[in-house]
Amino acid sequence: MATLWVGSRKGLFRFDQMQAGWQSAGPPAFLAEPVSALLDDPRDGAIYVSLYHGHFGCKLQRSDDRGKTWVELPAPAYPKSEAADAPALEFIWCFAAGGADEMGTIWAGTLPGGLFKSTDKGQTWELNAPLWNVPGRDKWFGAGYDHAGVHSICVDPRDSRHLVIAVSIGGVWITRDGGASWVIGGYGLRNEYMPPDQAQTPELQDAHLIAACAADPDRIWCQHHNGIFVSDDGGVNWRESMGVKPSNFGFAVAPHPVDRERAWFAPARKDEYRVPVDGRLVVTETRDGGVTYNTLSNGLPQGDAYDLIYRHALVIDGSGNRLAMGSTTGSLWVSDNQGADWQLLTAHLPPIACLAFAP
Amino acid sequence: MAKVRFTSHLVRHRPAPMIEVAGTTVAEVLERGLAGDDLLKSYVLDEQGRLRKHVTIYLDGLVIGDRLRLSDPVGPQSEIYVLQALSGG
Repeated sequence: MATLWVGSRKGLFRFDQMQAGWQSAGPPAFLAEPVSALLDDPRDGAIYVSLYHGHFGCKLQRSDDRGKTWVELPAPAYPKSEAADAPALEFIWCFAAGGADEMGTIWAGTLPGGLFKSTDKGQTWELNAPLWNVPGRDKWFGAGYDHAGVHSICVDPRDSRHLVIAVSIGGVWITRDGGASWVIGGYGLRNEYMPPDQAQTPELQDAHLIAACAADPDRIWCQHHNGIFVSDDGGVNWRESMGVKPSNFGFAVAPHPVDRERAWFAPARKDEYRVPVDGRLVVTETRDGGVTYNTLSNGLPQGDAYDLIYRHALVIDGSGNRLAMGSTTGSLWVSDNQGADWQLLTAHLPPIACLAFAP
Repeated sequence: MAKVRFTSHLVRHRPAPMIEVAGTTVAEVLERGLAGDDLLKSYVLDEQGRLRKHVTIYLDGLVIGDRLRLSDPVGPQSEIYVLQALSGG
């Protein structure tokens, strides 16, 4: 039985694939609370959810029984400071499980632009100071939020000390020593809206999401504000996909876990509109490493659709066959054949921020 | 001792009964009153000890003036209400 977690503006929903098809598991956990990030840890089955309470701040919950019960944990906290503008957690934007050899290690990307690490399943957190203080950070700035934020964390399954992260807006950063030191990547990314002499500055790149091929982590895909880019060296250098139709703008990317040449994207009309091009919701797919793209639309609305797919709301399962996509309009689709056909599960959820298949 | 009451919106997330605490400032009262429950404290104050942006505190009928350091003076008979600022969506 496949399970899909749906993090929405009004709680965490669960859908299960039964014999009769996909079914909602019923009312959500955390009804009325916005979910900003979630993780179903493949190592031990723990589920992590961050809630973005409108009044009371960002909170963290973990379930050790597959969502039956939840325990609240301390959220990541920035170091104490007397400065009037001292940073405080706005929200958690993403989680990543540490390596298979790091049971209990969880990474969290946050606003304002922080990377936190827990080695005890979220019970305690420490801000990664080397990244917080990294030279070049003064160039970072917020995109859609008041501050820059860390939204992508790729942990190398071959080496848990090798991480590639992305920041909006702050570029792609790489550590090979578990976060003790960081170097900038992102050479070849291009931010068209910057002044021409700044367009290729690595620290000014607005990668909306980066995601690696699990079987070949040197292959990383980037849905950038300015287009789709591909890296073959773990995020250091990138090449741009040209002529992607109907649009190279979007937020999400779902790489095939085994086939390094395949990935799926959710295009939108750039960038001041952020709706499907001509009201037709489609998914684009490449099978040749980003040279050419197919448009997939069977089962998706082909008129008067205003669904936008956020960066963590297009996901693929471990088999590489099943995709899921959730929209700001509260629509949820699943494809069991790599995007060739899509099934609408519901069009009545709250706005969807993030999805995760159970491992 | 000052009495501190919490909005029912907060009680939905964490147990937050009315407490009676001695203290000379709002900061002192909250620090003592919430000692031992860091999670509840985190609903009211951020990690820098500032009042959360969308939380407000009434002290004896008036909104407190110092949201950063919570230095407003508290008397032995003071009544403190911790409320959420209403917002929708």
